Amino acid sequence: MTDTQPVSTTASGPSNVPQVLPPAAPAGVTQATAVKQAAPNTAYKPADVSPQRRVQRHYTVRLWSVRHSRGLEWFYARFADLFLMLHPLWKAIGYSRVEGPVKFVEKRVKGFMFDCRMCGQCVLSSTGMSCPMNCPKQLRNGPCGGVRANGHCEVEPDMPCVWVKAWEGSRNMVHGDAILTVQKPVDQSLRETSAWLRVTALGAAEREKAKSGAGA
Amino acid sequence: MTPDRLPQPDENPHGPHLPLDPLPGHSSRGRLERVLRRGEFAVTAELNPPDSADPEDVYERARVFDGWVDAINAVDASGANCHMSSVGICALLTRMGYAPVYQISCRDRNRIAIQGDVLGAAAMGVANVLCLTGDGVQAGDQPGAKPVFDLDCMSLLETIRIMRDNGKFLSGRKLSTPPQVFLGAAINPFAPPYEFRPLRLAKKIAAGAQFVQSQYCFDVPMFREYMKRVRDLGLDKECFILCGVGPLASAKTAKWIRSNVPGIHIPDAVIARLEGAADQKKEGKQLCIDIINEVKEIEGVAGIHVMAYRQEEYVAEIVHESGVLKGRKPWQREPRADDALVAERLDHILHDQASESPTEIVGRAAR
Repeated sequence: MTDTQPVSTTASGPSNVPQVLPPAAPAGVTQATAVKQAAPNTAYKPADVSPQRRVQRHYTVRLWSVRHSRGLEWFYARFADLFLMLHPLWKAIGYSRVEGPVKFVEKRVKGFMFDCRMCGQCVLSSTGMSCPMNCPKQLRNGPCGGVRANGHCEVEPDMPCVWVKAWEGSRNMVHGDAILTVQKPVDQSLRETSAWLRVTALGAAEREKAKSGAGA
Repeated sequence: MTPDRLPQPDENPHGPHLPLDPLPGHSSRGRLERVLRRGEFAVTAELNPPDSADPEDVYERARVFDGWVDAINAVDASGANCHMSSVGICALLTRMGYAPVYQISCRDRNRIAIQGDVLGAAAMGVANVLCLTGDGVQAGDQPGAKPVFDLDCMSLLETIRIMRDNGKFLSGRKLSTPPQVFLGAAINPFAPPYEFRPLRLAKKIAAGAQFVQSQYCFDVPMFREYMKRVRDLGLDKECFILCGVGPLASAKTAKWIRSNVPGIHIPDAVIARLEGAADQKKEGKQLCIDIINEVKEIEGVAGIHVMAYRQEEYVAEIVHESGVLKGRKPWQREPRADDALVAERLDHILHDQASESPTEIVGRAAR
């Protein structure tokens, strides 16, 4: 390999656009540390590290939900049955017309209870009632290898790992072993849609299929 | 292909320039899978990726592993620090005949990019893929990068397994030639929730993992406990478990790693042992050998994965002194399917009249 001197050029010859980069780290210091040190030191230091955490600063209610996962599991099952019972009503009004109000309620209720991020494909019953979308890596299949010894998140040192909590929550649940099923990747095109209506419509379709299958 | 060349294990009997035969029950044509399925104690090592565009840097770093390891891991921006890409390193390593383990992390690329890269890597002769979630971007020197995490390690395993076994992309579109790869994953027995960790391995196996490499093991009793639970679940029969080991350069490094690198558990006793030594670097190496000697006796451990970051030159000594190869000599260079094609092309460029103009070619064709 020939030793080439890095030179910026334009079509008309050498370019003299100045390059502003953080200084290279001295020996014994990682570049990551050097970059952190080179950041401007001003009065405003944003709290936390990841946007996931900044959206929801407090996680008290979320942790309450995990502690009461068994009760919530029971309630959720009844609630899903109720929604499915109301399927004719939703159909009569039109799913597209109820989407707005249902989503409004769902977003606020689940937002308050679980810090829901409206991924549109709720897996709370498989994750011990701890919403996996609060994980800075949005893992849906279990904790990463970076969990701290105190059970806190690798990215957010003051937040308990979502999956440590999910494991605890799942141990209280009747169908807690659902945590062992491999979840499909998130369908990003379903973000900001109603998981309640989707599950209801799917359940209704399945019920009808079973009925027609039994009839035939 | 000199006639006095000693016959090596895992090469085509008709000559080393030919690709390995597919064996029944194997999902790849790679050597790592052959070694593991034969029940031999496998050794893999991690290549420190260069911050360079010079291929010689990769060759140089691979050369120290020659004849000592069964496969070389090409890391994918570990610690969220940018280096030469793992697919680039794999391209260079396969060109030189090494058996790389192509690491894929979900942090930087979405499912479209990853599936394409898997096909590209397999076409270049990569036989082993390791599926990782990846460290968060905040850990590296470019914390302003957008974290992707479109897939996670589990769905990545499943995606590649579907590509290989069903011959399809995630969308269901057919592949004309599926990638023949041996699928791997990572485990960390040393991070909470401890009771969930063996079950998580079971989940990874269900998703497609055929071998796993563990995080650095410095706490052997903890690893032994984990392996006991793994054996109780029968997982050691379903997947090859390679224990991650590595030398610590000094007590100071160990302390730094403990507080700055997520997921690495170093007990106080290890740091005390290093601090008490006159030559800390030598003691770090000895500690690594001692750990290998302990873990190789644990039932269900199929090999070791040596991560000697910036101490790669010690890998050969560590492997030799721990005697894990039991006199076995891993293959040194692995030929690829298109080697003959490349040789022919090179021959054509060098010796044939390759400087014909298009008009001459057309004229010749018309004659």
